[in-house]
Amino acid sequence: MSAFRGRDVLSIRDLSRADIQLVLRAARKMVPIAVGEKRSRALEGKILSTIFYEPSTRTRLSFESAMARLGGRVLGFSSAEGTSVQKGETLADTIRMVEAYSDAIVLRHPQEGAARLAADFTEKPVINAGDGAGQHPTQTLQDLYTIWDERGSFEGQNVVLVGDLKYGRTVHSLAYALAELGSHLTFVSPPTLEMPTEILEHVKERGLSFRVAHGLEEVVRDADVLYVTRIQKERFPDPQEYEKVAGSYRIEMDLLRDAKRGLIVMHPLPRVTEIAPDVDRTKHAVYFKQAFNGVPVRMALLDLILGGGA
Amino acid sequence: MRELRVTPIKNGTVIDHIPAGLALKVLKILGIGDSVTSTVTVAMHVPSQAMGWKDIVKVEDRELAAREIDKIALIAPSATVNVIRNYNVAEKRRLTLPDRAIGILRCANPNCISNVREPIESTFVVRSKNPLRVVCKYCDRELEDIVAHIL
Repeated sequence: MSAFRGRDVLSIRDLSRADIQLVLRAARKMVPIAVGEKRSRALEGKILSTIFYEPSTRTRLSFESAMARLGGRVLGFSSAEGTSVQKGETLADTIRMVEAYSDAIVLRHPQEGAARLAADFTEKPVINAGDGAGQHPTQTLQDLYTIWDERGSFEGQNVVLVGDLKYGRTVHSLAYALAELGSHLTFVSPPTLEMPTEILEHVKERGLSFRVAHGLEEVVRDADVLYVTRIQKERFPDPQEYEKVAGSYRIEMDLLRDAKRGLIVMHPLPRVTEIAPDVDRTKHAVYFKQAFNGVPVRMALLDLILGGGA
Repeated sequence: MRELRVTPIKNGTVIDHIPAGLALKVLKILGIGDSVTSTVTVAMHVPSQAMGWKDIVKVEDRELAAREIDKIALIAPSATVNVIRNYNVAEKRRLTLPDRAIGILRCANPNCISNVREPIESTFVVRSKNPLRVVCKYCDRELEDIVAHIL
């Protein structure tokens, strides 16, 4: 029986290097089923609850697609409106109710730590699909899968994380995991949006060197992976300052002229202006594939947790 | 006979070896404010062989609950708590810093699930004892000003 059977996935930090590799290998095997070439009934008779207290189309739909592709069923809600939550029900009570209706629970909640609380109130496995500014481990697995699938390994890869590194939760979890997996990290951000020191400390503890830079030009040439995130307007009191900063981190064709041939450009989406549309046509652009990868990765995770054996 | 700065008490609790300057924080933990029904004696900056300087708090006619002792351990792990009955030390309570601080600190993160109406007690994992560093079990954030967040 897999070590994953019945397990909660609350934070990427709960997963060891071996756990991550197991999920990624399983995800690769899921691709033919995810694209509809092969059929699977691995999770037939299983029910997944998707409990979304705030809207998240991409994450919810990819979980629902993943479950459906494996022959399982999904129930749940996609916002707190019209549910007993509005009547003032606690999350703990909602979870105890949902537990009786399903085999596993996917939770998205605006408050940090909600998934850990949920896991304390149910024996059924809980998968965190984002809790406020906290953790979003399946997004990280999806990003890791994309790097591994495109680049073949993690060790020695030069991964450049660009944008809002201070508040962006995806980049925190990703940096943490990549440090575990032996990648070289470069952090590029405006001085006011630098990576928190606790993450930098973790990278150092893993015995890895990293670079902190403020400009993209100086680091693109050596990069194997460029992971771009959105810089949010509301982080800047002055709109002009925002325009200036956001403009200097925009990925355009000119910038990629001296890049390695195998460089991949990633983005968790939705993007606004961070990546110019003509970059989409280059071989570097993998962000739409990255979005698709959410399905096989979530299929792999559900299959491992619910013991489908697909 | 050596003159005692603080006279012995008949019944109650003596909290000794508090690091100098922290006595008022101990009073805060014990909820000693306007509505005290017994005598409380506070000695601050008292010479100490072991510590150089220390504070002492004596609370008459009151024995501390385990949770109160745990709270004191958070800010003054070196303190000693003696229960006095009929002028004698009836019990010496050891202060031990637990691995988890349950129900004694409030998370500083306003968006943490432990700060909303849920049937749970706040829980902090002690990452390091010296210096004391605690992290919220729920939101994973480190609590910066521990004393200010004692419940």
